Amino acid sequence: MDSTIILDVRHLQQEFHINKELTIKAIDDVSFTIEKGKIFGLVGETGSGKSTIARTVMGIYPPTNGEVHFKGNMISNKKRFRDNKNYTRRNIQIIFQDSAAALNPRMTVAKIIAEPLKINNIVKGKKELEKKIDSLLLQVGLDSSFKSKYPDEISGGQRQRVAIARCIGMEPDLIIADEPIASLDISIQAQIVTLFQQLQREYGFTFLFIAHDLSIIRFISDTVGVMLHGKMMEMAPTKELFENPLHPYTKALLSAVPVPDPIYERNKEILLYDVASLPVDGDMIEVSPGHFVYQ
Amino acid sequence: MINKAILQLKNLSISFDTPNGEVEAVRNVNLSLQKGEILAIVGESGCGKTVLSQSVLKLLPKTSNIKNGQIFVEGEDITHYKEKKMRNLRGSVLSMVFQDPMTTLNPTIPIGKQITESILKHKRVSREEAKERAIEMLELVGIDDPIYRFNLQPHFFSGGMRQRCVLAIALASDPKILFADEPTTSLDVTVQAKILDLLLDIRDKTGISIVFISHDLGVVARIADKVAVMYAGKVVEMGTAEEVFYDPCHPYTWGLLGALPSSTIEGENLKSIQGMPPVMLDPPPGDAFAVRNEYALKIDYAEMPPMFQITQTHFAATWLLDERAPIVKPPISLKRR
Ligand SMILES: Nc1ncnc2c1ncn2[C@@H]1O[C@H](COP(=O)(O)OP(=O)(O)O)[C@@H](O)[C@H]1O
Ligand SMILES: Nc1ncnc2c1ncn2[C@@H]1O[C@H](COP(=O)(O)OP(=O)(O)O)[C@@H](O)[C@H]1O
Ligand SMILES: [Mg+2]
Ligand SMILES: [Mg+2]
Repeated sequence: MDSTIILDVRHLQQEFHINKELTIKAIDDVSFTIEKGKIFGLVGETGSGKSTIARTVMGIYPPTNGEVHFKGNMISNKKRFRDNKNYTRRNIQIIFQDSAAALNPRMTVAKIIAEPLKINNIVKGKKELEKKIDSLLLQVGLDSSFKSKYPDEISGGQRQRVAIARCIGMEPDLIIADEPIASLDISIQAQIVTLFQQLQREYGFTFLFIAHDLSIIRFISDTVGVMLHGKMMEMAPTKELFENPLHPYTKALLSAVPVPDPIYERNKEILLYDVASLPVDGDMIEVSPGHFVYQ
Repeated sequence: MINKAILQLKNLSISFDTPNGEVEAVRNVNLSLQKGEILAIVGESGCGKTVLSQSVLKLLPKTSNIKNGQIFVEGEDITHYKEKKMRNLRGSVLSMVFQDPMTTLNPTIPIGKQITESILKHKRVSREEAKERAIEMLELVGIDDPIYRFNLQPHFFSGGMRQRCVLAIALASDPKILFADEPTTSLDVTVQAKILDLLLDIRDKTGISIVFISHDLGVVARIADKVAVMYAGKVVEMGTAEEVFYDPCHPYTWGLLGALPSSTIEGENLKSIQGMPPVMLDPPPGDAFAVRNEYALKIDYAEMPPMFQITQTHFAATWLLDERAPIVKPPISLKRR
């Protein structure tokens, strides 16, 4: 197998049994791969199953069916689930929409970033720790004056940077960013997205980047997957997906992205997708190299 | 000429008394809204959009005060209206919708009943009539099967449907002005688009005037007739949607437009506005945006720019429009496509 594949998700299925009558198919036969140093953008509306994919990859629960391979090892094996979970805990890191809000309010920025470094013995000695914290802050665009600040003394965007510094300190092989900018102002979103791009280009991090709309995905992803009701609808290299969207749901999502052009917007027809027309047991068909459509 | 504005703010300043001092949340705002018009107020968090709209509805806490200026609704000066008169006004003329529908909805009461109650509170009709009207309202806001859904509680509804219900409640009293404060911010884009179109449709059907608040300039392009851009409590640019989008004059407006992914050319980086809005405890002298403005002039740090008039309807408060200023062209990516 190609050793540059970091994450390989194969026919993943995740069901939640609510009661005797009701089972939710949160993920239904989803497959995709992420190569080292690339950003895979996973897009879908609320409830489409994006976070469930993230949690299953993280090993929070074993999949109902299908496999997750991480750096060539199958980590979804039910028998060895516990061991795998420990192995992935350090190598896969996640950033949430509210990671920033979840920072311990009684700890300084320096302590917040130092905590996982110490627990996991990533640095030895005080001096090295200080150096590491400084360089992590620098990587996320903060200067060392932030070290003594508390979370409520800094802005939402800065808190998200601290959460990112804490996460990259672990030097993970994969970073899952689950709607990391959804609760930030547009102007701050651009700052954080630029930061993710730098982390990829300059430091070679690999990302599973989750978003609920396509606008920002275009700038950040190498490959895009579009989800609806737990299924992948379309998957393609970013340029191809935006220039040649084929699935009607992808087209509907694209048409709904607001454009800052009033005359264009007033005349724009927003395409609708009727979920009833979604085939129950379709397949992902490769229509051109790397471009898959559910039909 | 008789002033036909349905809402007019004149030199309005609002501040809060806090333990740390006076927060100047809204500073010298002049705005007007005509009948049937949709005015978008846009700016980053903390720029004063919510305080501005809530000051009209008089929903601000006791620590707030109107420092200066006047508020006119249908030509009547309501600046010093007491709660009793305001309650009347809120039932008949002014109405509002917030970002989170659950701030308005009661989770334990069926939707239909909540709308009916709100109609009974504001209108002299029988319970039967109110119920009929509530079903009409649900239809107006695009809820399918309103008779069936009438008896369901909010948790049976999706986020978008809840926001529609809140709109139904807000519109049930036939208001003349609707304040919609980030009503689509937490919704999916396809749902957001439907709510925007719904607001347009309601405006066309009822002639209501709307103040639509958002931090995202992209979102308002579809519905705004007029746009006011706020920064640090002040309106820094105002004009028709065409003027503000195709001929933006304030560097802050350039910044807001430039940060949008859809106005960025592929392969280029997003252009974010560096830094963040100032704390309004002690606003800087001069132009509050100067420290974040790559086009700032010396005078921006010292003296507040006046509102320069560009056309009959287009205004911007930036020294770049002074005849002594160097000529600065806005970033090209914002040109009309
Ligand atoms: N632990 C769980 N138990 C039951 N249902 C769940 C659980 N987690 C997620 N779901 C359901 O699975 C579906 C997908 O949810 P989620 O992955 O959170 O979607 P997204 O992140 O795309 O908004 C939803 O219908 C959600 O209600
Ligand atoms: N109750 C309050 N007490 C003190 N300051 C307040 C209060 N409400 C709002 N502010 C301040 O007023 C300014 C404008 O806030 P707001 O109108 O909520 O901004 P926006 O809606 O544009 O995000 C902010 O600096 C905010 O901190
Ligand atoms: Mg999610
Ligand atoms: Mg607000």
